[in-house]
Amino acid sequence: MKSENSSWLKRLGLGIGALALSFTTATSATAGDTIKVGVLHSLSGTMAISETTLKDTVMMMIDVQNSKGGLLGKKLEAVVVDPASNWPLFAEKAKELLDKEKVDVIFGCWTSVSRKSVLPVIEELNGLLFYPVQYEGEESSKNVFYTGAAPNQQAIPAVDYLAAQGVERWILAGTDYVYPRTTNKILESYLKSQGVKPEDIMINYTPFGHSDWQTIVSNIKAFGSKGKKTAVVSTINGDANVPFYKELGNQGISAEDIPVIAFSVGEEELSGIDTAPLVGHLAAWNYFMSAESKDNDAFIDNWQKYIKSDERVTNDPMEATYIGFNMWAKAVEKANSVDVDTVREAMYGVTVPNLTGGIAVMNTNHHLSKPVLIGEIQDDGQFEIVWQTKGEVTGDAWTNYLPESKWVVSDWTAPISCGNYNIKTGKCSGQVY
Amino acid sequence: MTIIQKQSTQRPSLPHPIKTIKLTFLLGIYGFLLAISTFAFAVPESTEPPPSLTNDSIFETALNKLNQKNFAQKNQAITEFSNLKDNRVLNTLIALKEGELFYVKKTKQIGFSEKKEALYVLTDPVTSKIIGEFKKRKIKKISLNNSLRTLIRQTIAGLQLSSQDKQTRLDAATSIIKKPSKDLLPTLEKAIALETDETVLLRLTKARAVINISDPSADVRLASVHRLEGSLLPEIRSLLNAMLIVEDDGSFREPSEEVRAAATIALESINDQVQVYKFAENLFFGISLGSVLLLSAVGLAITFGVMGVINMAHGEMMMIGAYTTYVIQLLMPNHIEYSLMVAIPAAFLVAGLMGIIIERGIIRHLYGRPLETLLATFGLSLVLQQLVRSIFSPLNRSVYTPDWMSGSWEINGALSLTYNRLYIIFFALAVLIALILLLKKSRFGLQMRAVTQNRSMARAIGIRTSWVDAMTFGLGSGIAGIAGVALSQLTNVGPNLGQAYIIDSFMVVVFGGVGNLFGTFFAAMSLGIANKFIEPYAGAVLAKILILVFIIIFIQRRPRGLFALKGRAAED
Repeated sequence: MKSENSSWLKRLGLGIGALALSFTTATSATAGDTIKVGVLHSLSGTMAISETTLKDTVMMMIDVQNSKGGLLGKKLEAVVVDPASNWPLFAEKAKELLDKEKVDVIFGCWTSVSRKSVLPVIEELNGLLFYPVQYEGEESSKNVFYTGAAPNQQAIPAVDYLAAQGVERWILAGTDYVYPRTTNKILESYLKSQGVKPEDIMINYTPFGHSDWQTIVSNIKAFGSKGKKTAVVSTINGDANVPFYKELGNQGISAEDIPVIAFSVGEEELSGIDTAPLVGHLAAWNYFMSAESKDNDAFIDNWQKYIKSDERVTNDPMEATYIGFNMWAKAVEKANSVDVDTVREAMYGVTVPNLTGGIAVMNTNHHLSKPVLIGEIQDDGQFEIVWQTKGEVTGDAWTNYLPESKWVVSDWTAPISCGNYNIKTGKCSGQVY
Repeated sequence: MTIIQKQSTQRPSLPHPIKTIKLTFLLGIYGFLLAISTFAFAVPESTEPPPSLTNDSIFETALNKLNQKNFAQKNQAITEFSNLKDNRVLNTLIALKEGELFYVKKTKQIGFSEKKEALYVLTDPVTSKIIGEFKKRKIKKISLNNSLRTLIRQTIAGLQLSSQDKQTRLDAATSIIKKPSKDLLPTLEKAIALETDETVLLRLTKARAVINISDPSADVRLASVHRLEGSLLPEIRSLLNAMLIVEDDGSFREPSEEVRAAATIALESINDQVQVYKFAENLFFGISLGSVLLLSAVGLAITFGVMGVINMAHGEMMMIGAYTTYVIQLLMPNHIEYSLMVAIPAAFLVAGLMGIIIERGIIRHLYGRPLETLLATFGLSLVLQQLVRSIFSPLNRSVYTPDWMSGSWEINGALSLTYNRLYIIFFALAVLIALILLLKKSRFGLQMRAVTQNRSMARAIGIRTSWVDAMTFGLGSGIAGIAGVALSQLTNVGPNLGQAYIIDSFMVVVFGGVGNLFGTFFAAMSLGIANKFIEPYAGAVLAKILILVFIIIFIQRRPRGLFALKGRAAED
């Protein structure tokens, strides 16, 4: 009875949400000779906390581009929809953007679930999606460009860094969903290939929004008192991080004893919390706001001016959006068209400066080459960069550390032209991701 | 660190004594001797130089070197700096560790910073004069990484071993036990030789054992292991465990068999004790989870349990309480330590008022129609969430945790109770007791019970039932607001705060028996403790599922919960 009620309620909520959305879209549907840019980020619901920022970033990039005279002599026009943190609604909204609004490109999605839900729509209607968030890999769609980090651009270098610091015992802690589970599977297999014994790896999953970390932190403490340097590799998502770090601090575990390296904690997440107990813990990203480069200074200035607050921070997915947008603009100019297939061809090998002082390249597997940075959390909510890779790391869509994807590569140019090509059997498995 | 011997250890060619800059305390002979002997820390023992003094310029040069980009150079600079025999070194290092050492971006001048409203006042560590007031963007903190922090911690501990204050010496010894460093051994030996206090001496010899456990001589190692027997600290357990690690080539990390045997025996007795404390710790975790459940459910026990209103917006009342805490902290930045005391009544009033408005505006029209109430309050919860998103932004807000609520009460190495949880346990009990007193002893409580038991009879004897309804709903909501204050100390203050707790709250109230506050209490505690005892074996996800399955089965057997109301009250 109870569950029936709640699903009923969900639909009601959805209805209200959809109603609210139709207002937002209606205002921006002024036709004309413009290039339409779809923005598919949640503006309400649980993911609004992260995704609203990316919507604003795209809007800012559009403003900047328009002030430079637009593209191909046309102005850019944003079409913003709100999928309301609701995964099926992402697919519906993507369809609306492509079918009804006829947008030329979409910037959007955050969670892997939302991307997976949009995927069939984008592929069927031959749209173009730029996905700006670090993710678990094991995917390469013809219609998606992945400007966030693949596991070999975040997780693996992070573990290498800690191993170089003498860590021999590993706790892989994550939220219970697809990204942490896949990442931890890859990491576990990688660590074992590096000679780490199975008893030196502990894997722990917690539900979304977990707030009672007492037992887990106490277990981490016990696991860390076995004579070997221990570290926590955290794929804990979103809100659950704050109580986790708080509990670590309260139980007296400092970053010097057991460092925690996180893949989902960035400047934006830290801006909502008192970072004193977190000082010294680590994060691995391809960008930190504290990176020193002219482009970064300009980007931060622009952003704070655009959002009208000099308190607002920038983060890695914003840089990924920035790179993705600039690459798309460059490819459109190169192709002299906004046609999806032409632009896609033009994307390969496109280079734009990234914000950390290097150059980002789009590879034929639809992933970027970017540097990997390790930062330590400071008490002002910023990261101090303590290590970075020499040069850029090329994103690997299919990890080499899982048996099922070891022989799979992605290359969307001839002669392979496949996102899922097995070099051993010489077969393209098509759309099976 | 009050006696000053200023001299340069790094540059023996340096001039002779210049002058004592500041002698803050007159010390006894003992202290003087102690200081002289312990000052040689981190300096090769044999080369203990005659007392000489550093001058300002040397101090300043060493200080300025701290501000380097490269961490390896910074490491070198810190070592050099801490080798200066100067009383200003300790304070500067402490400031560096606490992140209070800044430099002016333009002039590169280094200073202690103190926040004064929007500005930062920088004080010169050399002359203790104020450099000036700066805006946040004009200055930058001297950054550290983990290995530097460890180095500084060790250095500070070494310096503090010669402190006059017993507690400081004790803390310094503890610090060495947790972060041992071979370089500290000579200093430690001297401190042991001079120490007169029994407790400090014990701690110091333990610290020596921790360092000596990696001594090349097996006899020294054996003695160290014996000294560390019975210690429950995780760091020491880790050291003993490390001796038993088998390397990849099959050899033990600890070569001597005798030492290994001693370590095994020591560990066995330690582990036996740890088991006992582990149980106590689990019990504490369970009670603490139970008290959070109790806090979030007790308001619902009033609105749902007593009034029978299915209030899906209950979680949002907690959210409002949490945001009230945030606003109160914004309003009183100078007395932020006491902000929670103000936030508790404020959250009660704000959430309570909100509850009364909701009752008057929506719920009173829907009495007797549970499905519609459920839908209306669910819609209301969405409205409130989006309202908060619009007012405060969808980002989580940072709520300050007062110092007295951070950290933990270390009973021994194996058992420590975190203060925030401890306070919340007491707070939850206090709220429950206050509520029971209100219901049982006050006139309003009497009217409330009368109205819920027999509405028409209550009206007949002159109780304004609609007023009582509004007040009861306000009370339940207000208590949810108070729960929000407590939750703001445990979890994120954001628009989704309430959603995470609403299911748990209903679970507790239903399990405990609708309309029974004692039932709510027992349900919250038993669910909390059961959860925490299952979690170590099953993991957090499965533990939660098992608890839910248990409740489903339980409710099928006893639909009215743990403590069902009996007699006429149970009739409806």
